[in-house]
Amino acid sequence: MPTEAAELVFDEATKVYPGRDAAAVDHLSLTVPAGEICVLVGPSGGGKTTALKLVNRLIPLTSGYIRIDGRQIGDYDVTELRRSIGYVIQQVGLFPHMTIEGNIGTVPRLLGWKRERIRDRVGELLELVGLDPEEDRKRFPAELSGGQRQRVGLARALAANPALMLMDEPFGAIDPIVRARLQDEFLRLHREVRKTVVFVTHDVDEAIKVGDRIAILREGGRLAQYDTPQQILEHPVDDFVADFVGRDRALKALTLKTLGDLELSPATDDGLPRLSADTSLRDALAVAVAERREALLVVGPDGSPLGVAKREDLLR
Amino acid sequence: MVSSAFVDAFRFMPSHFSLLLEKAAQTAELAFAALAIALLIALPIGLWLGHRHRGLPLALGVSSLGRSLPSVVLIGLGIAILGVGFWNNALALVVLAVPPILTNTYFAVEGVDSDAVEAARGIGLTETQILTRVELPLGLPLLLAGLRIAAVFVIATATIAGIFGGGGLGDIMARQVTYGLGGVFAAAIWVAGLALLTAAALALVQRAASRRMAPRA
Amino acid sequence: MTAQRFADGPVIPNFGKPSACLRDNGWFCTDWIHEHWGDTLQPALIQHIQLTLIAVGIGFAISFALALVALRFGFLDPPLGVFTDFLYTIPSLALFQLLVPLSGVTVTTVEIALVSYTLFILYRNIVVGLRSVPPEVLESARGMGLTRRQTFLRVELPLAMPAILAGLRIAVVATISIATVAAFLIEDGLGAPIFAAIGTPDLFKTELVAAGGLAILLALTADALLTLAQRALTPWNRVR
Ligand SMILES: Nc1ncnc2c1ncn2[C@@H]1O[C@H](COP(=O)(O)OP(=O)(O)O)[C@@H](O)[C@H]1O
Ligand SMILES: [Mg+2]
Repeated sequence: MPTEAAELVFDEATKVYPGRDAAAVDHLSLTVPAGEICVLVGPSGGGKTTALKLVNRLIPLTSGYIRIDGRQIGDYDVTELRRSIGYVIQQVGLFPHMTIEGNIGTVPRLLGWKRERIRDRVGELLELVGLDPEEDRKRFPAELSGGQRQRVGLARALAANPALMLMDEPFGAIDPIVRARLQDEFLRLHREVRKTVVFVTHDVDEAIKVGDRIAILREGGRLAQYDTPQQILEHPVDDFVADFVGRDRALKALTLKTLGDLELSPATDDGLPRLSADTSLRDALAVAVAERREALLVVGPDGSPLGVAKREDLLR
Repeated sequence: MVSSAFVDAFRFMPSHFSLLLEKAAQTAELAFAALAIALLIALPIGLWLGHRHRGLPLALGVSSLGRSLPSVVLIGLGIAILGVGFWNNALALVVLAVPPILTNTYFAVEGVDSDAVEAARGIGLTETQILTRVELPLGLPLLLAGLRIAAVFVIATATIAGIFGGGGLGDIMARQVTYGLGGVFAAAIWVAGLALLTAAALALVQRAASRRMAPRA
Repeated sequence: MTAQRFADGPVIPNFGKPSACLRDNGWFCTDWIHEHWGDTLQPALIQHIQLTLIAVGIGFAISFALALVALRFGFLDPPLGVFTDFLYTIPSLALFQLLVPLSGVTVTTVEIALVSYTLFILYRNIVVGLRSVPPEVLESARGMGLTRRQTFLRVELPLAMPAILAGLRIAVVATISIATVAAFLIEDGLGAPIFAAIGTPDLFKTELVAAGGLAILLALTADALLTLAQRALTPWNRVR
């Protein structure tokens, strides 16, 4: 199993639970390129969790194939497979009797790493997920907040440097403000450690924010559309997808671009609202509407004017 | 030898049926009197402390102490203080029965879902009504479990009291010379039967109580 | 049967020059305790500890095995629960008697009876402890690639520790208390001096108080030690 990001392929993957007529995942075919975040999104009961658990063989496939870097998952030793895949779930599932250090070091210990190396790795990971490498490592899960626990869950999944991460509604139980921060940090972290990630959510906004690609599953585990967020918002393939992403999909699409992406008119400073170039078009539009302006002044990180964005430019 | 002892015992039972019945009644009388007194003492204290969510150390301490007191020692002390008779034994039995009833009552009431209590308070029930209409019914299964433990305890100890002149089935068990091995054996079987019957009856009540509480499927 | 010896009752032994306290049958005559610590109390205490340790040790091994079986084959749990409950319900004195035809008037009979009392407490607690592990913890253990065995040893067993140790504590204390009744059958443990004291014509109070006090003290000490062990072994339970 490689430790670099791996390509993940679902090839007609199907799961029918024993005693059920309908499939939970139905002939699912999609490819997640190495290093990308693929978000599985869809209504509750759409087979997202099932699809995820098929990958680390917590649930056996009924038919079809799943390949990691070209090799079928069935060909790996199941223990080895799971140890090389990071797994994060909504309820986190930290071991209550182990300290944070013990939790994060679980898989490295099983892999026989030296104590020294585990200690360093734990410190590194705690820093990466925004916890205190000295203070927090000796604490028990019961001493942490929900957000902190999920950070530890993430660090634990990353511990043995897996090639692939599976995340099942990781931020689903966390309040909106902390969730937004965790999403931002997760994206920053992903830029640092390029892993292939399959990320399950039922929240379209989260999918759009986090995903390089989004797979929309409909009831019965059938793939409705697999595309970039931009494509899905601008060209939903059918009414189901259009309904699912919502009537405000045009507005949602605006979150994908920033003012810096626009072609700006020359700056003519006459008291326009000043917004930095990394403001999303959606936020910029909100300002324009609230302040009843037809144009906004875009400024660089140092505050120097870059140009003017007209209201109609935002909406093009 | 195994078979002969049991054969003797089962011969003894029909021939001494009225004796066994009389002795069993003595044991039961002692045990149930003690249980009733223990209930009168432990129930109000447990209910009150549990309702107020107070006295956890007391509840835990009483249960620890209760388990560490050997029944023989209590009976001995009872005899030393009150002399041989009904009351010394009843006293020892009450002392043994109070801890499990008190502790279980306490935890039964204390552990009732605080949302339910809150809701009851919210719709204007008085504290007494909360105790009798919410906490007591919800805690009943656990409370009855404590009563069952106490009952088993008390019957076992009432038998021991018998061998020190307290009468009852223990009296037969201590007099092999008079009643023979078969008699000793028959009494032992009757004691076991008495305890099992009592426990089974309380288990049925307990089950009925918890079924009433369970949401219908 | 040995119960007979209470009918004749041991006569108060010859103390040489009995103290005023002894002549008045006082509650706590230190001279007697001093004199008979070595030949009566201490040996009885040691025997009592042995009786208890053997019973709880064997009871724990049996309960643990039964609990594993019940967890593997869930349908066996209710009958096993009823069986251990049944054993627990039979009064100790009766159980001792009923076992005599099988194993005689021996220490084995006493141990069998004591073991069968521990089963009820230990079996329940081990099963409850092992079952209480949250499903998401088990799922993440599996997802991380822990084998069944590793999951059991590293996750389920440690998490069941609080319940198991609580059961052990109750079982030890209860066994210390019930083991005093064993002296009805054989002269062993702290029950022997207690029965002897009660059997004396006008009830020898000092011996009753000394031996009974030792039994209570032993139980309370064991309770305290196991509580400390419980805290030391489950540090995660103390937080918050
Ligand atoms: N262990 C199981 N046994 C039988 N059916 C299951 C099991 N787990 C999930 N299902 C069914 O499979 C379908 C998909 O479930 P799931 O993958 O959990 O969906 P999602 O995660 O998208 O909410 C649902 O209809 C669910 O009831
Ligand atoms: Mg799900």
